[in-house]
Amino acid sequence: MLGEGILKGLGETARNFVGSFVSAERLTTVQYPEERIAPIEATRDFPFLVYDGTDWEAGLRCVACQICEKECPPKCIYIVKSTDKKPDALGRPQIYPARFDIDISVCMSCQICVEVCPFEAIKMDTEFELSTADRFGGLLYDKKELAKSNQHFHKIHPTEAAGVDARLAAEKVKSEAKAKAAAAAAAAKAAAGPVVAKPAAPAVPAVKPAEGEKQA
Amino acid sequence: MIEKADQIFVILAHWLVSFLPLALQHAAIVLLSVVAIIVTFPALFAITVLLERKGLGRMQNRYGPNRVGPYGLFQPIADGLKSLTKEDIVPTRADAVVHFLAPVTLVVVVFMGYAVLPMGRNMTLVSMDAGLLFFFAMGASTELSVFMAGWSSRNKYSLLGAMRAVAQMISYEVPLLLSSLTIVMMTGSLSLGKIVEAQNHYTWGLPHWYIFTPWGLAGFLLYAVATTAESNRSPFDLPEGESELVAGYFTEYSGFKFALFFLGEYVGMMSISGLGTTLFLGGWSAPFSFLGWVPSWVWFFSKIMLSMCVFIWLRGTLPRMRQDQLMNFAWKFVLPLSLVNLMVAATWRFLGEGWERWVICSAILILVYTLMGRSGMRHGHLGPRTYRYAE
Repeated sequence: MLGEGILKGLGETARNFVGSFVSAERLTTVQYPEERIAPIEATRDFPFLVYDGTDWEAGLRCVACQICEKECPPKCIYIVKSTDKKPDALGRPQIYPARFDIDISVCMSCQICVEVCPFEAIKMDTEFELSTADRFGGLLYDKKELAKSNQHFHKIHPTEAAGVDARLAAEKVKSEAKAKAAAAAAAAKAAAGPVVAKPAAPAVPAVKPAEGEKQA
Repeated sequence: MIEKADQIFVILAHWLVSFLPLALQHAAIVLLSVVAIIVTFPALFAITVLLERKGLGRMQNRYGPNRVGPYGLFQPIADGLKSLTKEDIVPTRADAVVHFLAPVTLVVVVFMGYAVLPMGRNMTLVSMDAGLLFFFAMGASTELSVFMAGWSSRNKYSLLGAMRAVAQMISYEVPLLLSSLTIVMMTGSLSLGKIVEAQNHYTWGLPHWYIFTPWGLAGFLLYAVATTAESNRSPFDLPEGESELVAGYFTEYSGFKFALFFLGEYVGMMSISGLGTTLFLGGWSAPFSFLGWVPSWVWFFSKIMLSMCVFIWLRGTLPRMRQDQLMNFAWKFVLPLSLVNLMVAATWRFLGEGWERWVICSAILILVYTLMGRSGMRHGHLGPRTYRYAE
């Protein structure tokens, strides 16, 4: 009969109306500032720079290769390469970013910088309460504001961080083995012909593992 | 004491004007009543808006506004302040005078309707002999202001919204009048006071409201459909149609003019519910004879608020209709049914007292309703929408 559907619909809304007062699980609203729910692991908003150890400046994994700067679709990353080299977390001399700025008012959280980074140096953060009174300077993050420890990365994205650590450890083992082999070969060479190879021998093992590291 | 509580506003008004010279007293009492109306109904409007936002929220399993004040009770005040402080923008190419006059005429006309509504015993501002006619004349004038708003804005959405509104309001004016006409036939009077008096007597403690007769119930339902369409409420809110027309005829209104449109819509809903209450629900009379000690104005206002709750409930339930469904429904279903109802009311009148008229009138109405519903469904006029896509 005509009108049955309307009555059924009215019943449904009435049930919702009464039910929302009776059962708490109907009300799915999280009343944000007072109530919070833990973010899911895949949450991401803006990038940060990972550092190893305790000193953020020395431990930065970034070597200022500028791949992320070139790939960034909205061009929110600005990097200035250093002219000198500093020892990185593994103690090798590396170029480091003299400036690394991200304008998070421009960033679109696409995660492309994270995907292209060969050094696992840039990752996505979950911090979302970033409001500031200064809409220009306050949203332009420099190197210091972007640097966050590997422990922080482990806290926000445990699975991804464990994978990254395993990969880095494997690479370290590989490069160490390579360095050791090269050193052994050089030592053998030096023992066989000490007169000819003397000036070249120490230079070769020093450069080779570094190159291997970069390509891996 | 009971008498005093019932007449408290009348006594208060007379006491207040007693300080004035005799020549001014009559004018002063009218002025006082007008002020009372202009204060009361916007206050009820604020309560209704809060009720609507909270109620709709609960129907959708949300909390609704709960930030301003305890339980969000001060939300209407915040809304009012916001709309007062907003910039009033008039499009450069709009007809500024008409653009300004449209919301003003809407609110004025809507408040005029209250002049004839009996809001309690001896609480009618103007007891007119042709009160019903006056009310409908005022109600029909809202169409003018809606069209003024749409036309003067010089905006395609406004104009489309106004066109829709006028088409819809004129279509539903007919069943609105026809369903009210049954009451006039029964009472033999256009005076709203007399209509209430005719319903204000009891048998076995139950009132003789017109809704408790077959033709009255059918008339009330038709009246409810027509008023929903008249006040542009969901499911007949095509003139506003946010999804296609931005905001319909008041797209180009901002700030306080927008607030006036908003006020006009709700106050109009309340006045038309007040008329429905007067015609079908016994006006200010109590629902049971043993509740006769409760002041009459309490009943009137609680019946109005109850109707507003039904409006909100309908809005929370029904999706918006399509324009052709709206027109088909008006002309092919509501109008014939209200004509049939008119005949049924006449039959009821001439069958005289007795149980036969109950059976005959109910049977005719149920039969016609079922048959028309069936045939309407079969032709797909009122059925579900079918989609055709390009290959």
